[in-house]
Amino acid sequence: MKVRDTFHLYVHYVSIQVKSKMQYKASFFLSAMGQFLVSFNVFLGMLFLFMRFSAVAGFTYSQVLLCFSIFLMEFSLAECVGRGFDTFSTMVRKGEFDRVMVRPRGLVLQVLGSRFELTRFGRMLQALVMFVYGVTKSGIRWNGAKVMTVAFMLAGGTAVFFGIFLVYAALCFFTLEGLEVINIFTDGAREFGKYPVGIYGESILKFCTWVVPYALVQHYPLLYLLDYRTETWWSFVPLLASLFLIPCYGLWRLGVRRYQSAGS
Amino acid sequence: MIQMEDISKSYKVAKRNGGFKEACRTLFRREYETIRALDHISFTIKDGEMVGYIGPNGAGKSSTIKILSGILTPDSGTCLVDGRIPWKDRVNHVRHIGVVFGQRTQLWWDVPVADSYELLKDIYSISKDTYRHNLEELTELLNLGELLKTPARQLSLGQRMRCEIGASLLHEPKILFLDEPTIGLDAVSKLAVREFILRQNREHGTTVILTTHDMQDIEALTNRVILIGKGRVLMDGGLDQLHRGGANIDETVAELYRSYDI
Repeated sequence: MKVRDTFHLYVHYVSIQVKSKMQYKASFFLSAMGQFLVSFNVFLGMLFLFMRFSAVAGFTYSQVLLCFSIFLMEFSLAECVGRGFDTFSTMVRKGEFDRVMVRPRGLVLQVLGSRFELTRFGRMLQALVMFVYGVTKSGIRWNGAKVMTVAFMLAGGTAVFFGIFLVYAALCFFTLEGLEVINIFTDGAREFGKYPVGIYGESILKFCTWVVPYALVQHYPLLYLLDYRTETWWSFVPLLASLFLIPCYGLWRLGVRRYQSAGS
Repeated sequence: MIQMEDISKSYKVAKRNGGFKEACRTLFRREYETIRALDHISFTIKDGEMVGYIGPNGAGKSSTIKILSGILTPDSGTCLVDGRIPWKDRVNHVRHIGVVFGQRTQLWWDVPVADSYELLKDIYSISKDTYRHNLEELTELLNLGELLKTPARQLSLGQRMRCEIGASLLHEPKILFLDEPTIGLDAVSKLAVREFILRQNREHGTTVILTTHDMQDIEALTNRVILIGKGRVLMDGGLDQLHRGGANIDETVAELYRSYDI
């Protein structure tokens, strides 16, 4: 009952956001198109690269494309839903967070509901196009377990990006400003995550496995999809990535406590 | 019933002189100054009372409101609002209070006010019948009829304030905090807002705590005034105490501020 009620409220929040966006139709379509074009640009960049080199660290063009498209989808999904945390510094500085505190609902839910970035659909559409291309050309022998793996990758990856947004927001409680450094892990990751992170060497792979678990939603499951790894348990690895949310949420709670004791 | 006892709160504020050189220096070494925003504040407010909470800028009015509404945790002291500790039991507490920040909006900017109200209905889990009943009453008393269909960004300040007050009363709060509700309003809107607040208090027994710099607000609405300065309660008493200095209440208050050296 409580879950349904919360979900209903979230949908209501989103519908208000959509209605607001509809007030500025031209802006909406232009930014969605912009998002599409920017990602398309990246796509072209990769295409030109692979016209000269047929493979990067043993991965073919379509395989890299598949990897990138899934990563991009995860990122856009997380950004679409978690935009409120991405722009959280504005919320704190404008004092809007006080208003959130005087409403009888969970703070995370309210911040989530404060922004819903529909324009990210442009980026998602681009990701989808690349995904379809990657799937048909990559020569993966699909079966039930692999389809499931892709679904898990999407879920786990969205969780990882969302966790980073949460950290970003939590840090605003301490600095009041957003810390651009964190963008290394969001926008930066979107860029370097075009390729399976394994190609960057052992130490980066370790970092992306144990600290910020990108590799769990991208490198390892991709190896499984491409039959480099055959044990079935590899398909569940992406789900482990969502454990990343636990420390992120902890930091957020810490931030809220600090806000309550320090004022704005 | 609101009981505040010995509440203290201090902030650490980074200090530096102006100028670019200073800015660079403090990048590496910060100097902090501790500001006592609230210094052993105590008062009790009974159910259904209307209290004016006044003091010069920076006296600690907002900090008090933030503690009472569960946004801030004080350093020391106890505070009970209808038996609840605001910052410990935030969700339960805020269900029963309404807060109007005069300088900030709580409406969604780009959608008609009615849409904002509908969302508030879900946020506060107001039942359908209660919501309809309250909305009808508020629409009539605050004259919201046409305004409800207008996006908040297109409302004039006076119209918006009426909608804000309506928004914070939809869930029938027992206690209403008004932080400068008449700031920037024209004469007609001011009178309308005042009359509505009076009526709300009379008919629903809503406890009202009002911070303002407008002494006419105080005269029109409250019988009791709490004056704070430098984080301390300097005076807590009837309106007549403010009248001793003569008819002009603004001058009396300015005189008070001066005599307490705040």
